Amino acid sequence: MTSTQTAGSTDLARQVAMYRTQVALRAFETRAYDLFLENLVKGTSHLSLGQEAIAAGVAAAMAPDDWTFATYRGHAHTLARGVPMTPVLAELLGRRNGLMRGKGGSMHLTSVTHGVMGSYAVIGSHLPIACGAAWSAQYRGTDQVAVCFFGDGTTNIGAFHEALNFAAIWHLPVVFVCENNLWMEYTRTSEVTAVAHPAADRASAYGLEPILVDGNDADAVYEVARTALARARAGQGPSLIEAETYRHGGHSRADPGTYRPDDEVEAWLARDPLPMYRARLAASGVGEDELAALEAQVADEVEEATREARAGEQPGEDLLFADVWADGGSAWRN
Amino acid sequence: MAQLTFREAIARGIAQEMRRDPTVVMLGEDVAAAGGVFKGTVGLLDEFGPRRVRDTPISEQAILGAAMGAAMTGLRPIAEIMFSDFFAVCWDIVVNEIAKSRYMTDGQVSFPLVIRSGNGGGLRFGAQHSQSVENWAMMIPGLKVVVPASARDVIGLMAAAVRDPDPVVFLEAKALYPTKMDVPDGEIVDALGVARVLRNGDDATVLALGSMVPRTLAAAERLAGEGISVTVIDVRSLIPLDTATILREVARTGRLFTVEENPRVLGWGAEIAAVVSEEIFYDLDGPIVRITTPHIPLPAADALEDLAIPSVERIATTIAKALSD
Ligand SMILES: Cc1ncc(C[n+]2csc(CCOP(=O)(O)OP(=O)(O)O)c2C)c(N)n1
Ligand SMILES: [Mg+2]
Repeated sequence: MTSTQTAGSTDLARQVAMYRTQVALRAFETRAYDLFLENLVKGTSHLSLGQEAIAAGVAAAMAPDDWTFATYRGHAHTLARGVPMTPVLAELLGRRNGLMRGKGGSMHLTSVTHGVMGSYAVIGSHLPIACGAAWSAQYRGTDQVAVCFFGDGTTNIGAFHEALNFAAIWHLPVVFVCENNLWMEYTRTSEVTAVAHPAADRASAYGLEPILVDGNDADAVYEVARTALARARAGQGPSLIEAETYRHGGHSRADPGTYRPDDEVEAWLARDPLPMYRARLAASGVGEDELAALEAQVADEVEEATREARAGEQPGEDLLFADVWADGGSAWRN
Repeated sequence: MAQLTFREAIARGIAQEMRRDPTVVMLGEDVAAAGGVFKGTVGLLDEFGPRRVRDTPISEQAILGAAMGAAMTGLRPIAEIMFSDFFAVCWDIVVNEIAKSRYMTDGQVSFPLVIRSGNGGGLRFGAQHSQSVENWAMMIPGLKVVVPASARDVIGLMAAAVRDPDPVVFLEAKALYPTKMDVPDGEIVDALGVARVLRNGDDATVLALGSMVPRTLAAAERLAGEGISVTVIDVRSLIPLDTATILREVARTGRLFTVEENPRVLGWGAEIAAVVSEEIFYDLDGPIVRITTPHIPLPAADALEDLAIPSVERIATTIAKALSD
């Protein structure tokens, strides 16, 4: 950055970076899906295809030492904090060069050095945990904020409500981000939820402002996240953001998502966050060559990550008994 | 030296650690202003203030989730679950989150936290406020489990638990809260995973835990009057488990009895019985006998509760009969 840059061009640089993040998340998730079909991604995986703008927008608003608490649908949030693709992909493949050397898998991506404090796969449980991190930041007087992502279906479990109340009464620096993709696994959330907006309509119960944002618009997400993070840092307590979006694919694995009406899928595909954002950048004067170069770079990155992940060794028995305890071992008796 | 009740020892143990380490904080329902429903935390709010000693809403998942998130980011929380039966409403946080996350993340995060809870019967509170759940906690990989049986041990084991880098479930036998003993002045710090031989005998080794320790000692005294001498071991720590002390004493005496307040099936003594059978079977002179609460929910009436939980009488007669068979 040069000193002659205006605020406008700083914004544009950030927007280009957010576009790059979205392109990277799209390319990574697409590759993860292909590798799942090749039976190389083991177990399960939950993709954020279609939801990339939320991960990119929130991460762009976060400070480097802020904390992310993600779910099983957490590849995007992990990568958006700057974790390289290779260890994430290798973790999906169950390899020793994986982010957790194969011990966590797709649903538990964690990279403490990047502020990714874990991905949690029991619905709602990580909301109270994010409160605890926020409490620690408040107690120790650091400026850190905990950001906690979860789905629309998660607003109906008790831990959501316990955490919202807890965060509100202790004025904790935590930002809750509900990614409302309209669906739980195979059930439409509105069919089992008492209110129309599963997060926003609950906010007033905890003395919070309802915040609804277009989750397919990275700029809009960035703006609400920035405000919420600033509030948290200023000691004004938690925020609850509901970002409306849609997953392009099924819930997990190879689910084709056929339970969803065609017109709904089409309408949301027409609102695909990536082409919309690309067009916006082009209209703001970002050259086609710059956009194409960035896209090509990401494509190379995914190829390299795929090569490295596929070449990763299988983890061995030395890891099986490691790190149950802080002493590195697993002994339960003498 | 001062006379201290078990409940007073809790506050003293916590205060000892809070004075030493400013990252030690405490949270739970009614723990601050009220000093705890069992009066185990009286005086802590006054000494350490509302920043460090915090009342919470009735939100067990939030209490333990907050303790976990705080522990992974630099604090050493002591969280209270009022009655251990209530672990059932926040068991996910204990078992799936706290216990597994270190392993799942390849050791990237640590959870130096303590979960205290009033455990077991004796107060005639009925089935939902009386169960002894040490076996629930013991069977979860990733949790350490300690159960003090005396005021002195409350302090020493609390210090060990708070200083330990791993999550520790600290179960306080409710029946012991009013018990008193002389406790030395000054800092008391024990280690986890160390059983204590409380009485030496030659005819059998009797293992006890928590509220069963004083009863087992009383039973041993009675047995001595009948010419039967037993070793009594206070197990103190279920995970890590001091199998070295246990195996040594069982091998020496040739018989093993366990006295357990938890319901019978898969109670803590079952695992120890298995270890003894596998490793020193040929040192045994007779069957292993477990003296436990039956596999039933606890009844409320005093007469019924007394029948359910091992009594001095049942402990003594069971041991005497088994040794004479
Ligand atoms: C406590 C619990 N119940 C059920 C599940 C199974 N499950 C996994 S994902 C999911 C749907 C969650 O929906 P939502 O919160 O909308 O998140 P999304 O998957 O759409 O991102 C369910 C029911 C679980 N993991 N945990
Ligand atoms: Mg959903």
